[in-house]
Amino acid sequence: MKIHEYQARQLLEDAGVPVPAGQMVTTVDDAVAAASALLSAGAGRVVIKAQVHAGGRGKAGFVRLVDSVSGAREAAAFMLGNRMVSPQTGPEGLDVRRLLVAAAVDIVREYYVAVALDRASGRNMLIASAEGGVEIEAVAARAPDAILRVPIHPLGGLEPWAARDLAFRLGFTGRQVAQAAAMFRKLANLFVGLDASMVEINPLIVTPPQEGHPDGRVLAIDAKFSFDDNALFRQPKVAGLFDPAEENASELRANEFGLSYVALDGTIGCLVNGAGLAMSTMDIIKLHGGDPANFLDVGGSATEEAVTEAFRIILQDDAVRGVLVNIFGGIMQCDRIARAIVASAKEVGFRVPLVVRLEGTNVDAARRILEDARRDIPQMQSATDLTDAAQRVCAAVAG
Amino acid sequence: MAILVDGTTQVICQGITGSAGAFHTRGCLEYGTKMVGGVTPGKGGTTDANGLPIFNTVAEAVRATGATASMIFVPPPFAADGILEAAAAGVRVICAITEGIPAQDMVRTRALLREYPGSHLIGPNCPGIITPGRRVSGEGASARFEGGCKIGIMPGYIHLAKADAPAGKGVGIISRSGTLTYEAVWQCSALGIGQTTCVGIGGDPVKGLNFIDLLELFNRDPDTDGVVMIGEIGGADETAAGEWVRKHMRKPVVAFIAGRTAPPGKRMGHAGAIIGGADDTAQAKIEALKHCGLAVAESPADLGSTMARALGLPVTAGAGIAAMA
Repeated sequence: MKIHEYQARQLLEDAGVPVPAGQMVTTVDDAVAAASALLSAGAGRVVIKAQVHAGGRGKAGFVRLVDSVSGAREAAAFMLGNRMVSPQTGPEGLDVRRLLVAAAVDIVREYYVAVALDRASGRNMLIASAEGGVEIEAVAARAPDAILRVPIHPLGGLEPWAARDLAFRLGFTGRQVAQAAAMFRKLANLFVGLDASMVEINPLIVTPPQEGHPDGRVLAIDAKFSFDDNALFRQPKVAGLFDPAEENASELRANEFGLSYVALDGTIGCLVNGAGLAMSTMDIIKLHGGDPANFLDVGGSATEEAVTEAFRIILQDDAVRGVLVNIFGGIMQCDRIARAIVASAKEVGFRVPLVVRLEGTNVDAARRILEDARRDIPQMQSATDLTDAAQRVCAAVAG
Repeated sequence: MAILVDGTTQVICQGITGSAGAFHTRGCLEYGTKMVGGVTPGKGGTTDANGLPIFNTVAEAVRATGATASMIFVPPPFAADGILEAAAAGVRVICAITEGIPAQDMVRTRALLREYPGSHLIGPNCPGIITPGRRVSGEGASARFEGGCKIGIMPGYIHLAKADAPAGKGVGIISRSGTLTYEAVWQCSALGIGQTTCVGIGGDPVKGLNFIDLLELFNRDPDTDGVVMIGEIGGADETAAGEWVRKHMRKPVVAFIAGRTAPPGKRMGHAGAIIGGADDTAQAKIEALKHCGLAVAESPADLGSTMARALGLPVTAGAGIAAMA
């Protein structure tokens, strides 16, 4: 689960990680008031940022630096009045309903710091670079040695010495070291404590010297967090930050029924059990010249209602011109799928050809159910194996 | 011979009174697995529908039954605790079927499991492990088997014991995906290729046994003639396994990587299956595996035929169907 930048800032503040002053607003007037307050409190400039999950905000004009109240009004009115279109949003763009208004701070140096799970070692890892403020993928490609990795001990966490060691290696000096090391430990604790799957601060910055901070302050400027869906049951604070408006409506509805669905842009709807088989089904459709319209894993314990809902979601996509059902029953019992197909034919109605391939647990019962329903579902074909299924559905869509 | 489990392995089920635990305990019993009991805290002293004794703790169950393997169906919030309880009780093969365990629970569990070097974790979020038994009667989904060990949710009848295989060959199967494993098994069986042991290692980012651990075991197992390895997008485990095969493997290895058409950055069901960087796409993994000398199946429908060719067997559809009928 992803959250907004303003929400991530709040979690950072709660964890004691310093961020520049700022607040989230939903109207132009509130944006103006917030900007005005920051400017009169001594901020030289104010940054206004659209709060959407998609990236590419800066280039789309949805991150603006302003130095006056009128500039803030103009920027806020633009962002709240226009849809944001970036390479990550698709051509229809995104509605912007929230803005972050924050004090822009002077920057002496920029760093990158993130915490993520390293699958190879099975440990959480702090990842940092003295080359911050740019895309970390670009740094990784150009200068892999510029990225430092520090494993976080699964039981002991990030020890103070390891955090301090990293701060020195990144080039922090003087009183910055203690600030940076403290921040690293807080980020590591936050990651584990909130069951995050990604915590990214880019940039982490050092300000020029200010009163009380002769070596400058270390601040987190931009924050991107995402969380482990499997742990939301024990993270009510995080679960409360969920913004359904940022999600694909069909994917959300699928989630409610325990289905894993990802919309794609082809013409062949897929209903499969198991993520690996679902991906392979997409792969084999492509091999035989078709294009999958979705990824859909019904999982092992889906009820007949959930499977019927899955058909409803697939058929709601107007681009769908054929449906492939590929089930290899293990924990999922094939007869449940067969009954759901029969029920869906009545409740949803198949407006396109349907190719069904069933194998595994209770397959004999399932075949009998489908055989009995054959007359009522004339658009249904049975496939003998995976290749046969893919060829049949691709032919049905092409023909 | 086989790896990790065989017809003599005694198995308990943790979470035996839940609906999935009960259903699959019965399925394992029907396959011929020596299920000897179950664990549900608070229900100790009772028996399940099959007459198996239920215990309050794994330690009690192990003491009373001598079980050396456990099948875990404990719900996600408590499953990691169940794994550690099994390890502490000395269970040698811990098979965690449960899907949806928080990743941080597994980070902690994996670290703690280092204290129990005699315990091997399979999964979580996996179909389990099976060493196929010999078919004694019936055919297709109603066939009966003997002398095998099925710990998990896979349909037993699709498997073919090496002793029943017409060409006398048996392969090991290792897979990150559940149902795709069944696909590989089914194709091998249909071509008359038996299986020594099939292991679903699970789709989670942090897990127990990985490709290399199992390749090592299959490499040492005199009965295993080759290995099918099924991976997917995300992570670098398959690439590392490919390197290991190149350096150490003395038997043919066939691979398939699912997710060639997956759009980058989208999560495809498995927590592990997110395309992160350039090197963990399906295409990059396929290239790396080919470079290491593995035979990579282009289509998921070619898993069996690719293995047959690697073993020098004719690709005759139906060869195994006859053996299974």
